[in-house]
Amino acid sequence: MPDMLAVAATPADLMAAREQMALSLGWHIILACFGVGMPALTVFAEWRGLRTGNDDYVRLAHRWAKVMGVLFAVGAVSGTILSFEMGLLWPGLMATYGQVMGLPFALEGFAFFIEAIFLGIYLYAWDRLPPRRHVLTGLPVCVAGVASAFFVVTANAWMNQPRGFDLVNGTVTHVRPWAAIFNPAMPLQTLHMILAAFMVAGFGIASVYAVGMLRGRRDRYHRLGFLVPFVVAAVVTPFQIFVGDNLARHLASHQPPKLAAIEGLNHTGSHVPISIGGLYLDGRMRYAVRIPNGLSLLVGYRPSTVVRGLDTVPPRDRPPVNPVHLSFQAMVAIGFGLLVLGAWLALSWWRRRDLPRSPWFLRFTAVSGVASVIALETGWVTTEVGRQPWIVWQHQRTADAVNPAPGLWAGLVAVLAVYIVLTVTTAYVLNRLRASPVGAPQEGWAEEYAP
Amino acid sequence: MTAAQWLLVLAWAGVTLYALLGGADFGGGFWDMLAGGTRRGLRQRRLIEHSIGPVWEANHVWLIFVLVLFWTCFPTVFASVASTLYVPLTLIALGIIARGAAFAFRKASTELWQLRLFGGAFALSSVLTPFFLGTVAGGVASGRVPEGLARGDLLTSWWNPTSVLAGLLAVGTTAYLAAVYLTGDARRSHDHALAEVFRRRGLIIAVITGAVTLGGILVLRDDAPRLYAGLTGRALPVVVISALGGIASLVLLFVRRYTLARVTAALAVAAVLWGWALAQYPLLLPPDVTVARAAAEPPVLHATLVSVIVGMILLVPSLLWLFSLFQREHEPDGGVTRTS
Repeated sequence: MPDMLAVAATPADLMAAREQMALSLGWHIILACFGVGMPALTVFAEWRGLRTGNDDYVRLAHRWAKVMGVLFAVGAVSGTILSFEMGLLWPGLMATYGQVMGLPFALEGFAFFIEAIFLGIYLYAWDRLPPRRHVLTGLPVCVAGVASAFFVVTANAWMNQPRGFDLVNGTVTHVRPWAAIFNPAMPLQTLHMILAAFMVAGFGIASVYAVGMLRGRRDRYHRLGFLVPFVVAAVVTPFQIFVGDNLARHLASHQPPKLAAIEGLNHTGSHVPISIGGLYLDGRMRYAVRIPNGLSLLVGYRPSTVVRGLDTVPPRDRPPVNPVHLSFQAMVAIGFGLLVLGAWLALSWWRRRDLPRSPWFLRFTAVSGVASVIALETGWVTTEVGRQPWIVWQHQRTADAVNPAPGLWAGLVAVLAVYIVLTVTTAYVLNRLRASPVGAPQEGWAEEYAP
Repeated sequence: MTAAQWLLVLAWAGVTLYALLGGADFGGGFWDMLAGGTRRGLRQRRLIEHSIGPVWEANHVWLIFVLVLFWTCFPTVFASVASTLYVPLTLIALGIIARGAAFAFRKASTELWQLRLFGGAFALSSVLTPFFLGTVAGGVASGRVPEGLARGDLLTSWWNPTSVLAGLLAVGTTAYLAAVYLTGDARRSHDHALAEVFRRRGLIIAVITGAVTLGGILVLRDDAPRLYAGLTGRALPVVVISALGGIASLVLLFVRRYTLARVTAALAVAAVLWGWALAQYPLLLPPDVTVARAAAEPPVLHATLVSVIVGMILLVPSLLWLFSLFQREHEPDGGVTRTS
C-alpha cells in the first residue's frame, strides 16, 4: 500500500493551505452562526405576531426570513467549500483519520439536509401553508441548525482530544467511531460554540436596529427588532462565560500546552499568576499585568495548584504563543464587555421598564455585533493555533497532513479573490435588503420585476 | 452483501440523486444563460427561478452526503482523488460558491443591472461546475488517479479525452434534464408557449448530447480501453437501458408527454452512472484499488450504515413533502392550493 503521508509540501505551500483553511473556515463560521441563531429568532417573531396580532412582529419575521435566505444560501455553499478543502488541502488527515472522524460529519450531513429542506419550505411556502403549520415548519430548521453545529464541532473536538482508535506501527486500527464522538473535549467545546452562535446572531441583529434607533427610528418595529435578539444574546452571555471558564480548566487537565500558550506560561509550577495583556518576547511574557496566584486559583481554586507550562513539551511541539495569547485576551475582554452591556439593560429595565437613556448604550450595542464576531474569530484562533503544530493533537502534525501537490498558493490566491468579491457583494445585498420595503420572503424579482 | 458494498450503493445512489436533482438545477442555469435579452428572457428566467428556488439547497446537499460517505468509508480513495484532482475540484468549489451566492443575491435584487450581473454569474458557474465535475469523473473512470497523495498528474489526470468527454456530457445531460423538467413545470403553470420553448430546446440539446455520446464511444475505446471493455461487456445491458431511456424521452418530449419524458430522461441519466459503476466494479480506483481494500474498518462501516438508515427515515419523508409542496398548482393571490 503506498505511503499515505505527505512529505513534499514546501513551507510556503503549507502556509498557503493553512491560510486558505483559516480564511474559508473563519468566513463560513460567521454565516453558520446566523444559520444556527437566526431561525429561532425569526420563528419566535412569527409566532408572537400570530399570537398577539402585532404587525410589527410579522414584519420582523418577514424581514429576517429574507435575510436568512441570503445568509443560509451563502453559508451552505461556503460550508461546502470546507468539505472540499478537507480533501484538497488535508488529504493526509483524511486518508489516515477520515474513518475515525467521519461519523460526526455524516450525521452533520443529515442535519444540514433537514435544515435545507425545511428552510426551503419555511421561506417559499409562507403563503402555501396555514399560518400555524408554517410556524411549525421553522422548528426543524432551528433544531437541525443546532445539531449541525454540534456535530461539526464534535469533529473539531476530536482533533483536540483524539480518541476511539489504536495506533499499531503507525497504522490506525480498532476504530471505535462512537468513542471518537464522545471525546473529552466534545461537551464543552460544542456548547461553547452553540452559545457563541446565539450571541453572534443576537448581538449582530440587535446592532443593526441599534444603528437605526441612533438615527432616530424609534418606533415599536425598531424597538422590537432591537430587543428580541439583544435579550437572547444578553441572557446567553453569562452562561457562555461560565462554559468558557470550564473549558479553560479542561485545557489545564487535558491539553496543557494550549493553556500555557494562552497564558504565555513557560514553567510548570504552583502559585502561578494570571497575565493580562502583554506580549511574549524573547521567550517570555512581558509588559503583562499579573494577578498573583490568579491562574492557580482559576484552575484549581487554591494558590498551590500546579499549572503545567510550555516546558512540559519539547520546543518543536509548542504552539506559537502570541497569536493564542492575544486572541484569548481579546475574546475574554469582549465577552465581559458584552456581559456589562446586558447588565446595563437589565438594570435599566428593572428600574423603569425602558432602555437606558444614555445614547452610549445604543452606541455600544451598535458595535456589539462586530465585537461578538471578533470574539468568535479570536476564539477559533485560540483553539486552532493553540493546537499547533498538530492537526490531530499529539498524533499527526499539520505539516504531515497537507496536500503535497505543488502550487497550493495559487489556490489560496483564487479563494482569496473569490471571498473578497463574496464579502463585498454579501454586504452590499444585505444593505440593500435593509433599505428595501418589507415583503413576504418568497417574493423576489420574479414577482416584482417587469421591465 | 458486505457493509462496504451497501455503503457504496448508498453513496452511488447519492451521486445519482445529485445528478438528477442538483444536475437539473445546474441545467436551469444553462438555460438561464441562453434565455436571451432581459425582456425576452424574463418569462423563462422567472420559471427557472420558481422551479429551482425552493429546492436547490436541499438538492445540493446530496453532494456533501457523497463526499462525507466517501471520506468516512473509503478514506484513502477520497484522499487520493482530492489530492490528485486538486485543480478541477478547486474550480468546482469556487463554481458552487458563485452559483449559490449569485442565485440568492439575484433573488434579493430588484434593479436591472444587479439582475444581469448576478444572473450572469449564476448562469456561467452553472455551466462550468458540471463540466469540471465531469472531468473529475472522467479522470477516475479512465484510471488516471493512482492511490496515494497527489500521485497522479496534476494536469492530465483531468485534462484528457475521457475527462473532456465526460465534462461535455455532464453539461449536456444537466441541460437536457432541466429542459424536460421545465417543460412540465411550464405546462403546470398553464404557460403553453413557454412549454414549447423548453420543449424545442430540450429536443435540440438531446440531439447534440446524443451525437457527443456516439462520438464518445470512439474516444473511450482509444483513451480508456478498460472502461470501454466494461461498458460493452458486463455493463452492456445497463448501457442499452440508458440508450433506450434517452430515445424514449426524446420521443415522448416530441409528442408532448412531459411527465413520462421526465421519468425516462431521469432513467437514461441514472443508467449512465450505474453503467459506469458496474463497468468499473469492484475497482474504486483502477487498476488495483478495490472496494474491499479501500473500505474503512467494519465498526466504522456499521456505525455509518446505521446512521445513514436512521437519517434516511427522517430525510425521505421531509424531501417528499418539499417536492410535493412545490410541484402543486398554486394561486398566489387567492392563497388556494390544490393538487392537479
